[in-house]
Amino acid sequence: MRQIFDIHGGIHLPERKNMSNPGWVNDCDMPSKLFLPVTQHIGAPARPVVKVGDTVLGGQMIAEAQGPISVPVHAPSSGTVTAIEARAVPHASGLTDTCIEISLDGKDEWVGCEGLVNWRDETKAALLECVRLAGITGLGGAGFPTAVKIGSDRGRDIHTLIINGTECEPYITADDTVMQCFAQEIVEGAEILAHMVGAETLLLAVEDNKPEAADAMRQAAEALEIAEVVTFPTKYPSGGEKQLIEILLNAQVPSGGIPADIGVICQNPSTAIAVRDALIDGKPVTHRVTTVTGMSVKDPGNRRVMLGTPIRALLENAGFNADSADRIIHGGPMMGFAVTDLDMPVVKITNCVLAPTRSEISPPQPQQACIRCGVCAEACPASLLPQQLYWYARAKDQEQLERHNLMDCIECGACAYVCPSHIPLVQYYRSAKGSLRETVKERARSDNSRARFEARQERLEREAAAREAKRAARKAAAEARVKAGDDPVQAAIERAKAKKAQQRAE
Amino acid sequence: MSLMQVSSPHVHKPASSVQQVMKQVLLATIPGILVLTWFFGPGTIINIVFGSALALALEAWALWLRGKDYKTPLRDHSVIVTATLLCIALPPYSPWWLIAVGISASVLLGKHVFGGLGYNPFNPAMVGYVVLLVSFPLQMSSWTEPRGIGEVPGIFDAFVALFATSSYDAVTAATPLDLFRQNSGMLFDDLIQSKAELTGPIAGLGWDWVNLAFLAGGIWLLRRRIFTWHAPVGMLAALTICAALGYDEGSSTGGGSVPFHLFSGATMFGAFFIITDPVSSAVSNKGRLIFGAMVGILVYLIRVHGNYPDAVAFGVLLLNFAAPLIDQYTQPRIYGADKVEVDE
Repeated sequence: MRQIFDIHGGIHLPERKNMSNPGWVNDCDMPSKLFLPVTQHIGAPARPVVKVGDTVLGGQMIAEAQGPISVPVHAPSSGTVTAIEARAVPHASGLTDTCIEISLDGKDEWVGCEGLVNWRDETKAALLECVRLAGITGLGGAGFPTAVKIGSDRGRDIHTLIINGTECEPYITADDTVMQCFAQEIVEGAEILAHMVGAETLLLAVEDNKPEAADAMRQAAEALEIAEVVTFPTKYPSGGEKQLIEILLNAQVPSGGIPADIGVICQNPSTAIAVRDALIDGKPVTHRVTTVTGMSVKDPGNRRVMLGTPIRALLENAGFNADSADRIIHGGPMMGFAVTDLDMPVVKITNCVLAPTRSEISPPQPQQACIRCGVCAEACPASLLPQQLYWYARAKDQEQLERHNLMDCIECGACAYVCPSHIPLVQYYRSAKGSLRETVKERARSDNSRARFEARQERLEREAAAREAKRAARKAAAEARVKAGDDPVQAAIERAKAKKAQQRAE
Repeated sequence: MSLMQVSSPHVHKPASSVQQVMKQVLLATIPGILVLTWFFGPGTIINIVFGSALALALEAWALWLRGKDYKTPLRDHSVIVTATLLCIALPPYSPWWLIAVGISASVLLGKHVFGGLGYNPFNPAMVGYVVLLVSFPLQMSSWTEPRGIGEVPGIFDAFVALFATSSYDAVTAATPLDLFRQNSGMLFDDLIQSKAELTGPIAGLGWDWVNLAFLAGGIWLLRRRIFTWHAPVGMLAALTICAALGYDEGSSTGGGSVPFHLFSGATMFGAFFIITDPVSSAVSNKGRLIFGAMVGILVYLIRVHGNYPDAVAFGVLLLNFAAPLIDQYTQPRIYGADKVEVDE
């Protein structure tokens, strides 16, 4: 048995996970239209490679990656491209994004997909290219391009790959379900990933509130020597990458760093499946398992849903009662964001659509004064002082915000959850982080121009000094000649005199 | 349906509010108040009822003057906590004007001048207490004799005392800390023997039970996670260490025994109800430990070498000044602050 370690802070939440019946997946009905955003990941948007009017097949690339940190987008089914336009997409910022609209023909015809014959024979570069072309991003919620994460130079000495099946947010059971239903595929994908990054240890991490998932994983991983299933006590936010690493390895990712800096890489179970599907079956990411739950849907559960499906269609598929809900949450109740438009599509990072009733998740209570009770600091998994950050954020005191490590906040929401004054702390931190980032950028810019200005000054001075030195040298040489009786002026006068005398003589 | 736009987290811990915190603090004072009432009569309760009513009125007035919503903040019970803590510290059977001056100083000078709840740099109850202590030293030292020595006044006496124009002329007696400070030339043990007020089972008569009752209330609050152990333990440990170091087998000029200091005056009340005020104390756990320890040291020094019999109020106010400085040097180590290598 591997020793488990504890993290600072954390909270115990009402889980409400049984509501969505983990362990079962149903297909969501095929919608008539899909809206596929070109940015479903962190990084540069993909560039559409289809035009309005084009017919597309399932699995066909419809937008290609642009730049090093980007991933392509593929059509989940066959149909016609009917529009390419800006639409509301699931993103905390509430901004719009270019979406490729596909009107489905219902035939669900696919391009021929061919996987690698034996992935063990391929070079790492070839495998990475497969992962990149398949449009794989982290499917847990952050959406970082997987090929970039596992291909990074910083990950040269990876010793441990962690498959993060913690899923510590309440309500969500997508990872739980995937682990129960597709354990074999996860282990296959994890083995490929471990091979690609050169990890000697593969940890399959499952919180102890998911015993069925842990059993399924144990069974599937039995034959794989490097793999070990690890369970640990349920506590929010154990699923945070940094927290999980501390729980499993008793090591901390340095502030401002990434897990690869200490030789660790974390991947979501669904991401492992996506890697397996891309390499073995040649299939890109076009579907995902999403939890649709909350007391405003009659038939909550996990659905295998085409990317681009409008959230409305997914909700209606689960028997949505629009009258009892007043907010729809994309993601979990702790870190998810409120959906602004029900026609927003399901994207690669959509692990949950939560439709609570008003009594289930009540409207926020009025904010009261901070009494510095410190329960937030007790709950903070990063050991920050949320109460101090709150004061400095309100005072816009960036020096103190930096000194109190605002940027190390993972926005898990544990502080705001326990705050007796109902202060929306995370909201303050997000906005303060935004302005702090701006300031840091601004500072870098001005530092850069100062450095350039100073370099130019220095060069000008150097040149002036060189000129001065040359002149001084010339002067010194001339003076030396005078001293040696070799005065050029006297010589010229003598020459002139001699010439005159000669003229007179003639 | 209209979609509500709220930022995460969407859920909140049930039944967690400022009201809840304040209510529990009030509940935790009940054992202490009951023991005070047993030994000294209903004076303290009358103090609290009158003081709280006045404090609520003053808070509403202050909020109205400041152009604030004066209904919601009244419901957070924080002003009742301030009034209750101040009134517990006042001698029972204080005249109404003494209470009024104290409450006004607490609510207006201690709290609203700085911007209300959460903005006060000093503990409001202690601001009121110190204003009274330096202004009306005579009235502030008129504690009645505890049950067992004198007659305990009844409820009627309490009302007479509250509204009497002249000072209430019940038999007042010096508290154990007064006797200790005024001691000249007697060995500590002889002093204890000579005065009935000093012969309780642990420390002074009645006062040891009062301290035990506040200790019980404090431990309950600790278990309810209203505050962490750091400040109270810091203060009690520092006081214990100081008393142990200063104890010289009970000479006439010595510092008094450890139980005498722990269970006299406002020690437990201060440790669990005053220095635990989160607003005006240090922020981090380490900071609160230092904050408490410094208060403990000051309490000992002022009790033994100072001019006032008890010292919790002065100790707390002095440390309130120092809290931002303590915060500056006691920031906890954050996750990932220094690199840790993995052993694999």
